[in-house]
Amino acid sequence: MKNLLDEAISRPHIGTLEYQPKDFKPDVDVRWCAGCGGFSILSPVQRMMPDLGIPKEKIAFISGIGCSGRFPYYMDVYGFHGIHGRAIAIASGLKISRPDLSVWVATGDGDNMSIGGNHFIHGCRRNVDLNVIMFNNEVYSLTKGQYSPTSHKGQITKSSPLGALDEPFNPAALALGSGATFVARGFDKDRAHLQHLFKRAAEHKGFAFVEVYVNCNIFNDGAFDSFAKKDVREDKTVMLEHGKPLIFGKEKDKGVKLDGFKPTVVSLTDGSHSVADLLVHDEKDSTLAFILGNMTYNPEVPRPLGIFQSLERPSYDDSVQFQIDHEIETKGAGSISELLKGKESWEVK
Amino acid sequence: MEKEIVYLDEITVRFAGDSGDGMQLAGKQFSNASASSGVDVNTFPDFPSEIRAPEGTLYGVSAFQIKLGSNSVNTHGDMIDVLVAMNASSLKVNIGNLKAGGMIIASTKGFDARNLKLAKYDSNPLEDGSLSKFNLIPLDIESIVKEELKGSGIHPKIVRKSKNFFALGLTYWLFNRPMEPTVKWLNTKFKSKADVLEANIRVLTAGWNYALKNDAFKNQYNFQPASFEKGTYRNISGNHAVALGLVVASKKANIPLFLGTYPITPATDILQYISGYKKYGIRHLQAEDEIAGITSAIGASYGGSLAATTTSGPGLSLKIEALGLAVITELPLVIINVQRGGPSTGLPTKPEQSDLYQAMYGRHGEAPLPVIAAASAADCFDMTIEASRLALKYMTPVILLTDGYIAQGTEPWKIPTMDELPDLAPKFCDDPKNFAPYKRDPKTLARMWAVPGMQGMEHRIGGLEKQDITGVVNQDPDNHQKMVELRQEKIDRITNDIPKLEVMGNPEAELLVIGWGSSYGAIKSAVDEKLKEGTKVAFVHLKHMNPFPSNLGEIVEKYDTILVPEMNMGQLKNILQARFIKPMIGLNKVQGQPFKTSDIKFKIDEILSQKEVVQ
Repeated sequence: MKNLLDEAISRPHIGTLEYQPKDFKPDVDVRWCAGCGGFSILSPVQRMMPDLGIPKEKIAFISGIGCSGRFPYYMDVYGFHGIHGRAIAIASGLKISRPDLSVWVATGDGDNMSIGGNHFIHGCRRNVDLNVIMFNNEVYSLTKGQYSPTSHKGQITKSSPLGALDEPFNPAALALGSGATFVARGFDKDRAHLQHLFKRAAEHKGFAFVEVYVNCNIFNDGAFDSFAKKDVREDKTVMLEHGKPLIFGKEKDKGVKLDGFKPTVVSLTDGSHSVADLLVHDEKDSTLAFILGNMTYNPEVPRPLGIFQSLERPSYDDSVQFQIDHEIETKGAGSISELLKGKESWEVK
Repeated sequence: MEKEIVYLDEITVRFAGDSGDGMQLAGKQFSNASASSGVDVNTFPDFPSEIRAPEGTLYGVSAFQIKLGSNSVNTHGDMIDVLVAMNASSLKVNIGNLKAGGMIIASTKGFDARNLKLAKYDSNPLEDGSLSKFNLIPLDIESIVKEELKGSGIHPKIVRKSKNFFALGLTYWLFNRPMEPTVKWLNTKFKSKADVLEANIRVLTAGWNYALKNDAFKNQYNFQPASFEKGTYRNISGNHAVALGLVVASKKANIPLFLGTYPITPATDILQYISGYKKYGIRHLQAEDEIAGITSAIGASYGGSLAATTTSGPGLSLKIEALGLAVITELPLVIINVQRGGPSTGLPTKPEQSDLYQAMYGRHGEAPLPVIAAASAADCFDMTIEASRLALKYMTPVILLTDGYIAQGTEPWKIPTMDELPDLAPKFCDDPKNFAPYKRDPKTLARMWAVPGMQGMEHRIGGLEKQDITGVVNQDPDNHQKMVELRQEKIDRITNDIPKLEVMGNPEAELLVIGWGSSYGAIKSAVDEKLKEGTKVAFVHLKHMNPFPSNLGEIVEKYDTILVPEMNMGQLKNILQARFIKPMIGLNKVQGQPFKTSDIKFKIDEILSQKEVVQ
């Protein structure tokens, strides 16, 4: 017998699933600053959604606080704007209780790395089937410009006039170290790549974490220019593609080679090295993922972008369902009257 | 020697020993056997917050107190009639509560030089005559047990550990309670451990036979059966009752149950019970912290489950920001706070009622929500159903307050049938054309509920203030005023949906006692006893703390003198005084121990004698 919730959520979808990106745009103004990097996430998400073939009513976006927190209002699906840092915890409760949904989290570097850090690491290790997009602008923007857990050491902000003293988190490495099964990184200037990453995240069964470098043109403008600006981008970043060697540079003239565990840059033109010497990316290799993750703040190597790791492991929500099904299968569905009676009841006649 | 059977109305027994002596287990068995054989019981486990405190120490004493009787038993008993003391420390910390002439069954092995020193006794109280006003029965339990199991080949460690069953067997004979329930329990529990099973059953029986044959036990005591209503009963603790209440509430609501929570004393049992209910289709998350406990529950509630979180005081403090989120998103949520002594880590295993302010007011912003409180262990079941009813009907978080006393204490519970319980089915909106997230039921003011998965009603909610009806983010001054008032009005209206208070006792009384929560038993007994003595006293007990029952004002109006006993510094009293502008008298016990009946009686006498002087 179906319960009321099952009844309410299992009505057949009426109409087409052939959505257009515009079907995901609600009739509200997007209230981000003009020129905000956030638009570069919103648009590829809306473009990617039709490809998933999931009914709109089965999609939910959950957020915390910060500029990223407004994201659910800008998607015409179910949305929940939570409180600071707790989006992953809210989303976990939703997904565990509602495995039929596609659950997304929009969060930021302050929301997710600082106040929500605990939920993030536990979300990673628990492997709840969530798709987490983290807007990393390396600053607190909604509170108007304080340094964040991903701000670089020495960064001048309103709350660090003499320079931030903390070492930054490396979000991708933190996710890997916490056991996330899918870890990827993109940046706001490359929307097509982001669209690809979001789709892969959606297809991944388990905790999928996508870190996106997002420019805050008001409080931290140009934070990623040193490697993301058009004229240096190809020389300062390397794209991770499964099964392919790590080649980069405007002229595709450089590569990354492993020297023991140490990634080093080699020239492909001076005759010393060939493509065959280069590190070949394998998203199923978690040891390699750690090495690649650690390249992030290493000035001697290009900044890695793409999918660091994509591992298959049972998701938490599936495991919960499995335990329930297994219990019912082996012991039979529980009888409430037996539960209430317990083993030591007695009759008063 | 022929033993005389003496009939008693009631008696209080306390098993006390080291944390590792199995006193909790003996106590539980004794109370189950007693209850199932027709007497009323009320129990109170009293143990240290250390798991295995150093042996023999005063602070390591673990005790389990049971009161049994032919009449309705409301408390675990003020003074002890029979004390089982497994060592010197357990005698020392409990002797003050033993009645003159009371029986002490002492295990002499626990009174050796080492134990005496740890208990800070200069001489052995079993030998120095200091216990002459009691009926002292020293027994070398350890040797008797050893002798009983001699040649059985059972490991000495198991032999030593079985001594609590000897004490249990003695008390079974002493109070003529059946051993069968314990034998049955042992058979299930140690099915695969034949040696432990054999040792415990033999030692239990040896205890019975020892008392039967030994002249130190002159009388056997018995009780007329208590008058229980017809039905099926079991002994239940408050925490267990909450767990069952949640399961039943979800069945009556016909939606799934989700528990998001974090272990904390003394609420952890609820999580443990629920985690074993997978075959009932129940989901839970043992979260990374208290905050994730409640926020995951909010997520599940958003998804259409009956969602709950369980905690104790410090945990509730951590959850409070999220409570505001549940208030503004108007989602059903049940929060169970098993109160303990505070502030901070305070007295983790000891009860207190000091979270009332926190439950009523501990939020930022105007965030009203219903607060209810359970009166006894069995009442925890009914109050969990009530919390779920209010949450689902009014689309609101509800706080249920229990405490360490009733959460861990037990009493017989008449098991309800499903038909007796209210229908809690929520109404999911099924008309997309008519849907708006903050459209309200005109009577209850509950907002419409549509959950992800329902086509055509995709909407966004969250912590930002929303426009009335549409739910669009809105900062308009008049709209905020309206939404704040609507949320308040919704909670206020609940007063018409809860039972009116009944005044117990003498309606023409000179003194009204107002109680709440777990102090019900002690107050009820005190008032009953005073009424029997001819004192004009009346009593009301609050279970709905916010909003109050609609006739509370009338009742308060009627009495000149009002006493409010509570295990805090006067939280309810202050709330009532502010609400009804009327001075009241507090009786405030903050010792990590529940009220005794005598505490309340003493205060009633004191107030009434002062009144006479004034008149």
